Amino acid sequence: MDRLVELLPLFYQSFEETVIMVGISLFISTLLGIPLGVLLVITRPDHLAPNKWVYHSLNVIINVIRSLPFIILMVAIIPFTEFVVGTSIGVEGAIVPLIVYTTPYIARLMETALLEVDRGVIEAYQAMGASRSQIIFRIMIREARPGIVLCLTIATIGLIGATAMAGAVGAGGLGDLALRYGYQQWDIEVMIMTVIILICLVQAIQSLGNWAAKKLKKTA
Amino acid sequence: MIQLTNIHKTYKVGSKQVEALKGVTLHVNKGEIFGVIGFSGAGKSTLLRTINLLEKPTSGSVVVNGQDLLKLSEKELRHARKKIGVIFQHFNLLSSYNVFDNVAEILRMNRVPKEQIRKKVEELLRLVGLEDKASAYPSQLSGGQKQRVGIARALAMDPEILLCDEATSALDPQTTESILDLLLDINQKFNLTIVLITHEMQVIKKICDRVAIMENGVIIEQGTVLDVFSNPQQPTTRNFIKTVFDDQVPKEMLAKIKNAGPSAYILRVAFRGDAALDPVLGTLASRYPVRTNLLYGSISSIKGTALGILLLHISGEEKAVQEGIAYLRESVYRVDVVSQEEVGR
Repeated sequence: MDRLVELLPLFYQSFEETVIMVGISLFISTLLGIPLGVLLVITRPDHLAPNKWVYHSLNVIINVIRSLPFIILMVAIIPFTEFVVGTSIGVEGAIVPLIVYTTPYIARLMETALLEVDRGVIEAYQAMGASRSQIIFRIMIREARPGIVLCLTIATIGLIGATAMAGAVGAGGLGDLALRYGYQQWDIEVMIMTVIILICLVQAIQSLGNWAAKKLKKTA
Repeated sequence: MIQLTNIHKTYKVGSKQVEALKGVTLHVNKGEIFGVIGFSGAGKSTLLRTINLLEKPTSGSVVVNGQDLLKLSEKELRHARKKIGVIFQHFNLLSSYNVFDNVAEILRMNRVPKEQIRKKVEELLRLVGLEDKASAYPSQLSGGQKQRVGIARALAMDPEILLCDEATSALDPQTTESILDLLLDINQKFNLTIVLITHEMQVIKKICDRVAIMENGVIIEQGTVLDVFSNPQQPTTRNFIKTVFDDQVPKEMLAKIKNAGPSAYILRVAFRGDAALDPVLGTLASRYPVRTNLLYGSISSIKGTALGILLLHISGEEKAVQEGIAYLRESVYRVDVVSQEEVGR
């Protein structure tokens, strides 16, 4: 126990690194993923802006990226990462692959959430003369909010998992801590502590997401 | 108000071509309630969606309020659509907005000033009888209340036309009645032109002025509701009318009818409730040497006008029978000679 107290600053630092990596990559992936998810929905045949070419190419690109396990993706795009941030290690080096990994994931989840919006509701506003952008931003995204919140919750949890793997490139964070102390030094206490922190973190995020989605759902 | 001319609509389902509309021509006058009835798959929904071009016809022309909709740009079409309200079978309300916002959102999209929106929405909610539900969410409302919100929303932009897409099909009979009363009320208050599609003859009977019957992508019969009810031409029309006037006689009974002379006919006699019928039948019996038999009789209200339907069996000498029929024709709304097959069950 004393050792854990001694290691507290280390845990704190790792936790902070994890939060920073998850936070930044979640923010950027969401910014990129939401428009992609919208595109995946509205370019479908019979939707707001049917476009076979855009729809199919997006589909293929997303599927290709999503086929790669994070650890492989991370290594495979090292040149790209170096080109973007100038390094492939550390927090910065981890954020680029995390974004590349999470964006298509969010796009897919967004697609599912937006497809849940009743086609009839969209049609009702088309019939009332609403413009395409009004329908996307004021109807579809707004109506899909509970689904979007749940989708971001799942994405966040997935991201925490990927961040732990990013420890492999010396990115820091809880994954790195577990890897260095738990695996390389066989320090069971640190390993267990990391696991407990991760469980609590994931639980907290899921509960928060569920609560927010329920709040947005407006059911009696 | 609405003129559809020779509308064709072909869909591609896989490699097959499906013709949903096969040359439909339809005219709806300003201020009337026009009903389109048909079984599912008859093409009535496609037809309704053609009026605001949610469904683009393969060929034909759509003129609404003097505007050829097919010639408009996307922006002009959006503008034209604002004057065509629509209500739906499944209401299509926004689940994340309360009643007030469901009605207000389309006004906000059109940048109506806030204070004006508040006044307009309150006025509309009063009109549909939901002024106390402004802050409720759709999930807390009954089907009838949801449709009232739908109606208030459809009226928000002061449309000249209201399209009703099976608007009462998901409602129970009592709620249907109250929604139909509301539609009739706004039709009269605002001289609003209403086009509705339904598969329930009760709906047509209660509020429509004219009706078109659709089958397999064509209009097989149309006319005033009174005319169509008193003298349906097509078997499908008769089937629909049967749901209101079940003017069918058991075949065994038809076989037993005694002919008192060389000529015998079955007549469908339609009479308006404001015309007295008793003296007519009395005079017929006393003035003409014919024998009449009442096979069926019923009276029903058609948009406030009582319409009676009788099936009479008339027999006697040909000359007397013809004179008797001529007398009836002068005295009641409509008399038609029908065949045994038409009324036999």
